[in-house]
Amino acid sequence: MSSETANILEVEHLSKRFGGLVAVKDISFALKPGEILGLIGPNGSGKSTVMKLVMGIERPNTGKVVIDGTDVAGWPTAKIAHQGIGIVFQHSRPLHRQTVLENIKLALLPDSLLRLVADPSVEERARAIAKRVGLEAVLHRLPATLPFADLRRIEMAKALAREPKVVLVDEPFAGLTPREVADFSALIHGFREEGRAVLLVDHNVKSVAALVDRALAMYLGEQIAEGTAEQVTRNERVREVYMGGEIVSHARPELARKAGEALLHIDDLSVRYGKAQALHDVSLDVHEGEFVAVVGLNGAGKTTLFNAISGLLGYEGKINWHNGELSGRSVAQIARDGIVQCPETRELFGYMSVRENLELGGAHLEDSERIAQMAWLLGLFPVLQQRQRQAANTLSGGEQQMLAIARALMMKPRLLILDEPTLGLAPVILDQLSQALHKLRDTTPITVLLGEQNVTFALPHSDRIYVLEHGQIAWVGKPDAFGKEMGEAYL
Amino acid sequence: MTTFLKSRLLWLSLPALLIAALGPWWLSAYYLGVLTMAYFYGVFAMSWDLLFGYAGMVNFGPTFLIGLGAYGAALLNNYAGMPIIVCLLFGGFMSIIGGILLALPALKLRGAYFGLVTLVAVLLLQYVIVIFSAYTGGEIGMMTPDILSINASVNYEYALWFMVACAVLLVVLSRSSLGLILEATGQDPIAAAALGFNVAKHRLAAFCVSALLSGLAGGMMVFYSGTASVGTVIDISIGVQIIIAAVLGGRRTILGAMVGAIVILLADELLRPLGQLNIFVVSGITLAVIILFPSGLLGLFNRTKEGA
Repeated sequence: MSSETANILEVEHLSKRFGGLVAVKDISFALKPGEILGLIGPNGSGKSTVMKLVMGIERPNTGKVVIDGTDVAGWPTAKIAHQGIGIVFQHSRPLHRQTVLENIKLALLPDSLLRLVADPSVEERARAIAKRVGLEAVLHRLPATLPFADLRRIEMAKALAREPKVVLVDEPFAGLTPREVADFSALIHGFREEGRAVLLVDHNVKSVAALVDRALAMYLGEQIAEGTAEQVTRNERVREVYMGGEIVSHARPELARKAGEALLHIDDLSVRYGKAQALHDVSLDVHEGEFVAVVGLNGAGKTTLFNAISGLLGYEGKINWHNGELSGRSVAQIARDGIVQCPETRELFGYMSVRENLELGGAHLEDSERIAQMAWLLGLFPVLQQRQRQAANTLSGGEQQMLAIARALMMKPRLLILDEPTLGLAPVILDQLSQALHKLRDTTPITVLLGEQNVTFALPHSDRIYVLEHGQIAWVGKPDAFGKEMGEAYL
Repeated sequence: MTTFLKSRLLWLSLPALLIAALGPWWLSAYYLGVLTMAYFYGVFAMSWDLLFGYAGMVNFGPTFLIGLGAYGAALLNNYAGMPIIVCLLFGGFMSIIGGILLALPALKLRGAYFGLVTLVAVLLLQYVIVIFSAYTGGEIGMMTPDILSINASVNYEYALWFMVACAVLLVVLSRSSLGLILEATGQDPIAAAALGFNVAKHRLAAFCVSALLSGLAGGMMVFYSGTASVGTVIDISIGVQIIIAAVLGGRRTILGAMVGAIVILLADELLRPLGQLNIFVVSGITLAVIILFPSGLLGLFNRTKEGA
């Protein structure tokens, strides 16, 4: 206990087991009013579990969660909320038939079965909160018509409405543009000024470093470092966890490009979703054997581009494959013609084993061919070899991604489209994935079109890079020129 | 916007209500009888929509609640000779008890597992009634000494105004603060709990309201027809018909469920000349509507309205 102000939240020796897995092991920290703590860790480190334990969504096996002097460990979520803890979920699920204003009003209602009509002050307060988080212009719109950032604003507004003493924010900046990140940072700063304590849960220190007073780094359920953002970044254990081995370096000797036609040639491609223009006059070439990356922030249009190529979307413009135009071919036909997409959502068959997933990918191959392909892939991704009999949904995020890529490769594609393979993966896993891609690139003649938000991941593998911004190509060039010409502007 | 919706609803429903209320002056006794049944089904379907559409609970056993109310009322009438109103209230009370028993697993189980529990509850109730056939009349059914009225028009008006009362109650409830909270707990219980709402409490309350209305309607139906039988108030196929009616009318609309029930029961009668084909055709049309317009008849209506 400090002399000036008492802690508002004290977490003491918190532990949680799921079966044999220890998800959280003896975690302790404290927060004072007006303090911001970053809870940092790669996927699977247990940081989200800690958040759930504090909120009562999961019950801890041992340990205390003390809010303002009351131990609430193991209480139901609603009671913990009444004690003064609020949470901003990463994925927003607003009520879709209700307007933004009604969604905010919901959070202001008392937990009573007898109050059929909301207090008149609720409307006024809801409007004030909406204004504060920047939703005043869209009060009467339905959530489905709003951009991603506004959906997150609704979540912020709902948490704020309960006047929590402690706010838990899960991945505050995921999927936001730099301008939106600044807005949300200002909001979180506002929490501090009102004397609320804030716990930010995120993958890495960098994204929250400017905001936090202190950071606590977790790995495999345990605390590995605590201190200022700078101290944590410099901590040797943290660097080891995040950096992994040596950074792979890259540039492939200039491809002896065949003078002829490109394998895939896209000309002035435009895609609309209703009123919204998702892609605008995008032109792009991929040559045989090339590794091309399309980088851009979430919402730039990468997935739309890939879905258009795979025949999942209608479009204007031309997409030429080596054997003619693609328009008019069915999704299945395009896949059989050799364009295989590995979607960002992975789309694995969760209850089937790793091996069964792979066999399905190679279902159209001759037996001998399939066996050979599978043996090669299990060599490429040794971790899948160990996990052959395991159900796909029991794999970690990184392993699932490798399985998704391997399954796509079972189809023996001529062009492999990888959509955001790093989505939701921790840096330590990125490194393994990176090595696998590198090996794939160097040992096979495969052609790859990679879509990535994470430039540091995409850069080392690529022969050429396209930057997609708001549905348009903003820059094309070689990876070594990217840093000079594009680097700063990208983020 | 809300006031606009409400006024539009009012202007559409008032004339419809007037026409319905004058039914005895322009409908044959036969169709009065059909509509009387349809109105009871309307209450069943609306009560079901409160659970499915708002609280997010798939109750495959609406007839468990209905049957408890129906048999509760019939037994009391038979063995204690209580007046109808007392029997109805007793039946409603039985349904609430049953609703709470059914809701308890709903607080722990999710989705399909809860659905299975509700299905089993119906079968259990059916077995209990058959096993104690000495008291309940078993599969043959049980006559009640009292009936609502021997006049078809009076029965019709009872059923109509009972349904209207239930509809007003459920619509007001679903559009109140309580309805908003219920919808939130139905859609994402964890997020609702994190906003400080006691999910169990709200679910239980929804179950009690749904059970009470279902049970009262079940009891009314017994006193209308003068018998309580497994085939008319408990059988799984009755439950299926209620669910289809609610989905056909439009999930999360309350009134849609009522419209769906009336449409289905009327279609069933109008197509009776088709003989065996009748059920086949009604099911086919329903299936087509559900596939083509997943938001149901009222959802379709709402869409054209929003487009305007």
